[in-house]
Amino acid sequence: MSENNILKIENLRKVFDDELEVLKDISLSVDRGEVVGVIGPSGSGKSTLLRCATLLTDMTCGELSYMGEKIVWNGADGRSVYADKKTLKKARSKFGLVFQNFNLFPHYSVMKNLIDAPVSVLGIEKSKAKEKAAELLEKMGLSDKADAYPCQLSGGQKQRVAIARALAMDPEILFFDEPTSALDPELTGEILKVIRQLAQEKMTMVIVTHEMSFAREVADKIVFMDGGVIVEQGAAKDIIDNPQTERMKRFLTKLGEK
Amino acid sequence: MTFGVMLSQLLSGLGQTCLIFALTLIFSLPLGLAVCAGRMSKFAPFGKLVKNKKDCPKFLKALGEAKPIRAIFSFFIAILRGTPLMLQLLVVCYGPYYLFKVNLSSSWKFFALIIGFVINYSAYFAEIYRAGIESIPVGQSEAAQTLGYSKAQTFFKIILPQMVKRTLPPVTNEVITLVKDTSLAFVLTHDEMFTIAKRISAAKTTFTPLLIAGLFYFVFNAIVAFVMTKIENSMKYYE
Repeated sequence: MSENNILKIENLRKVFDDELEVLKDISLSVDRGEVVGVIGPSGSGKSTLLRCATLLTDMTCGELSYMGEKIVWNGADGRSVYADKKTLKKARSKFGLVFQNFNLFPHYSVMKNLIDAPVSVLGIEKSKAKEKAAELLEKMGLSDKADAYPCQLSGGQKQRVAIARALAMDPEILFFDEPTSALDPELTGEILKVIRQLAQEKMTMVIVTHEMSFAREVADKIVFMDGGVIVEQGAAKDIIDNPQTERMKRFLTKLGEK
Repeated sequence: MTFGVMLSQLLSGLGQTCLIFALTLIFSLPLGLAVCAGRMSKFAPFGKLVKNKKDCPKFLKALGEAKPIRAIFSFFIAILRGTPLMLQLLVVCYGPYYLFKVNLSSSWKFFALIIGFVINYSAYFAEIYRAGIESIPVGQSEAAQTLGYSKAQTFFKIILPQMVKRTLPPVTNEVITLVKDTSLAFVLTHDEMFTIAKRISAAKTTFTPLLIAGLFYFVFNAIVAFVMTKIENSMKYYE
């Protein structure tokens, strides 16, 4: 395993209630600085993959490591076994997740949204956390919104705060679950701009998205999923401009990209 | 009996009414949270028995899904909401004697009164809290979880404050009902305002004390409503 490996998922299977197999056999590896775009039709398992990787949904079978440390592995019965609480907590500090519908804490001001977890989870000094939060807000173009409450912000501003909140934890990798799906096209642009900037700064990211041209532009690697399996993966431009499988070709045609 | 004497007797009872009201709230509001936790418990001790949910006998699947703590609390809530509070007060007060032949001191009546009120109201508060908690989008706990908050932190920092805001109107309803329910203390002949009003009314064959008591309840509730609206407004800064 290379030292630059941030996330490694091996042979992930997810079966809901032992009946509905949503992910069949997914293996995915993400190296430092890599931007991976996950695309595919609705119901293909993209979001479940992200939820398994971020420990929001339990894996049925398969293994998961962050920075070379295994936190989920296959037990004797072939089912996933999770590491102890402490190890999982440590693993959680390695990643950040940006949701489709932001999930900001409505009762906290923007500033408190950004500093509360660093202070009460990581134990960072409040003044230091505030400094960092101010920097992040400036980067997001939201310096004037530090004292605002989420309900006073537009969708695009909310999502930028959500990205800043994730970044405030200093994650090694950032996951995006359809970050622009709840936004109108105008606001989508401002989020894509932020993600583009993060990519330039070599932030490791996994982005589930429907924005095909954006994925092609910003991602190093594209993963195309359908029916719970990875149908194709490879360099972004190859995959989108020159799809190998019929399934992918059909998907792209439907989207009107080709 | 002059009007002044009547009034001073009623006012002395008002003190007891306020005491029952305050003690019931102080204990039942937090106890409701504990009952709510029990009612929402996901503890399923036999879940491990089910290896594969698809191919397993029906009874085993049902056993695996059984949540005993939730069932117990659901049952108690059903009893407490499904029977008259007046009966519950009588059971708490006289049950120990009739069931176990325990001789209780005269001060027991007051304790029985408070215990009865507290348990009954905690059942109602628990269900209000549950509705509040379940109305909060699951994304809130998921966001907290991915940020590394512990379960306790997630509840007390993220869920509870939002729950309080959402449940204030129904809680206000219950608090107002409680002001009036304190009058049920008359079944244990505890000297609160209503008991005294009834006694004077019967002795002097006059309706006046009951009307005055009614006016006191009305003013008491006007104050409660005013205070609760103030608290609600203080949480209007976010949506």
